[in-house]
Amino acid sequence: MADATTDQAAKDAEDQSPEVDELRQGWLDVLTDALGDAVVGSHIAPGRVLWVRVARASWFEAAEAARERLGCTFFDFLSAIDWMPSPWGRYEDSAVDVGVKPFDPSSSFTTGVAGGDTRFQLLCHLANVRGRNGQRADVMLKTDLPDDDLRIRSLVPLYGGANWHERECWEMFGVEFDGHPGLRHLYLPSEFEGHPLRKDFPLLARLVKPWPGIVDVEPRPAAADEEVEPATADDADGAADGNGDEA
Amino acid sequence: MTVTERQQRAYVDAQAADARVNVELETDEGMTLNIGPQHPATHGTLRVVAKLDGEQVVWADVVPGYMHRGYEKLAEVRTFPQVTTLVNRIDWLGSFANEVPFILAAEQLMEIEAPPRARHIRTILFEMARVANITLFLGDLGAQLGAVTPVFYAFRDREHVLDQIEAVTGGRFHPNFDRIGGLKDDLPKGWIADTKAVMERIRAFCDQVEELLFGNEIFEARTRGVGVVPAEVALSYGLSGASVRGSGVDWDLRRDGGVTGLAHADLDWKVWTHPDGDSFARCWVRLQETREATKMVDQLCDGLPGGPIMAKVPRIIKVPEGEAYVETENPLGAMGYYVVSKGDLGPFRVKIRSASFSNVSILPWLLRGVYVPDIITILASLYFILGDIDR
Repeated sequence: MADATTDQAAKDAEDQSPEVDELRQGWLDVLTDALGDAVVGSHIAPGRVLWVRVARASWFEAAEAARERLGCTFFDFLSAIDWMPSPWGRYEDSAVDVGVKPFDPSSSFTTGVAGGDTRFQLLCHLANVRGRNGQRADVMLKTDLPDDDLRIRSLVPLYGGANWHERECWEMFGVEFDGHPGLRHLYLPSEFEGHPLRKDFPLLARLVKPWPGIVDVEPRPAAADEEVEPATADDADGAADGNGDEA
Repeated sequence: MTVTERQQRAYVDAQAADARVNVELETDEGMTLNIGPQHPATHGTLRVVAKLDGEQVVWADVVPGYMHRGYEKLAEVRTFPQVTTLVNRIDWLGSFANEVPFILAAEQLMEIEAPPRARHIRTILFEMARVANITLFLGDLGAQLGAVTPVFYAFRDREHVLDQIEAVTGGRFHPNFDRIGGLKDDLPKGWIADTKAVMERIRAFCDQVEELLFGNEIFEARTRGVGVVPAEVALSYGLSGASVRGSGVDWDLRRDGGVTGLAHADLDWKVWTHPDGDSFARCWVRLQETREATKMVDQLCDGLPGGPIMAKVPRIIKVPEGEAYVETENPLGAMGYYVVSKGDLGPFRVKIRSASFSNVSILPWLLRGVYVPDIITILASLYFILGDIDR
């Protein structure tokens, strides 16, 4: 773990030293000027993305500043990330992964670029459509949401398009948007309980029928021939099962 | 409670359960019209609920989700190469284009760059996906307005494009051909000449559609001045692609997106816009874009560089920790993937930004005040694919 972080840091330093992204640095300066201490973290991938992490109380003001001072009139998307490692694993090697592990923030809890303090992080991408010459002019806003109070001010008064994105985020992650005109289910039935994109929400299809994994892979023809010779009762059962599956 | 009352209540309950929105079926002022989810004009299973005053819509709501497949959740239990199989099915008329931004995001995280030949072939298939997709749109557009001929022409000529895509990838609808670091295979022999002939056909088809539809009096009457979206509203709702260029915004991610894994920068082409912002403008921009895409394919076929089609990539793909966002100009508009990797075989989180989702989210705003027959032309001209809304 320690190696990975130092590698990451070294790579970041390497990325930033040769080329300075003037556009994105300039944008970051404008946002820092507008928001002051509310900018709690930032990261620039030169030529690619500018991440700005703001305090939760300044979420709306950050979007407003991006819109008014940087000309970000295009609302691209809004979503969230649940940084908790999935207690269900990736469902592939059931012997190792399955079983609910208690959530431990200090474990392998990495919170991505521009940092983060909490499990849930909100993400919003805004762009200026006057960017030219292959240079994208955009900003990725992030903010942290404390576990016990998943509330944030809605961006709908600024961007009409935030309406559906916030509805989706509400049903998928359980984030409440204050001032949203109607938080109701978008994709899921209205009686649906739970927030499917949270990491602790199990993927039910995989619980009902585990991922076949490596054990179900058919042996190569040559290997199969070799195994036919010393056929035991177990092997015969296995073969019968295999045939049954195919039919 | 009388039988009719009970029936009425059961009916209302059933409707509400189905609708997932609390729709008052009868109001004092007017009636509620339910379009879909199985209406031909919704291209799938989109449901539009409109409250009417006479022939005019006073309030409208759109109910998606009948085809929600949860790709963002499913992607978390797949490996990186497996995800392309899922995302192929988002915009199923231009499948190859769905794979490209995801692969580019993974390449960004791995700091791999595809070789020039792979980039060019990628761009060819990307633009052919656009041609296949929008060809069908142009035909369907006629069908929505009662003109049956264009849709037959569209299916006839799209077939040739699909044949060419199949010849390379083996799949007509779901190529699953893009790989991290390059492509699965090179082009087959004789493919380039055939493709150029097909592109010639498509240009002829565009001319036919222009003569059949765009000069047609009925078509003009039904689309001119209908469903007008001002540029600033379009942008605040996140409209992209031809839907925003039809409102006069000169913005195309192929030119302005800073995308490095495709070859659009090497080509001579033009971004078409139309200042009107109405249904006609959106359709007209798409027609021009199809022509432009066929020219791009021609140029790419002529200037195809040699060399390998695959960069050096480890056999088992582990993507280093990091976050990346790549957005490309897909047939329906801007499509982006926000990929979070924790250094594992599979992504930790994938946020899929699909074009139709944002394009359709403007409908409650846009449908207010229009007449019932215009709902159909507005839906058609915004052009969405259900898989691209529901994901």
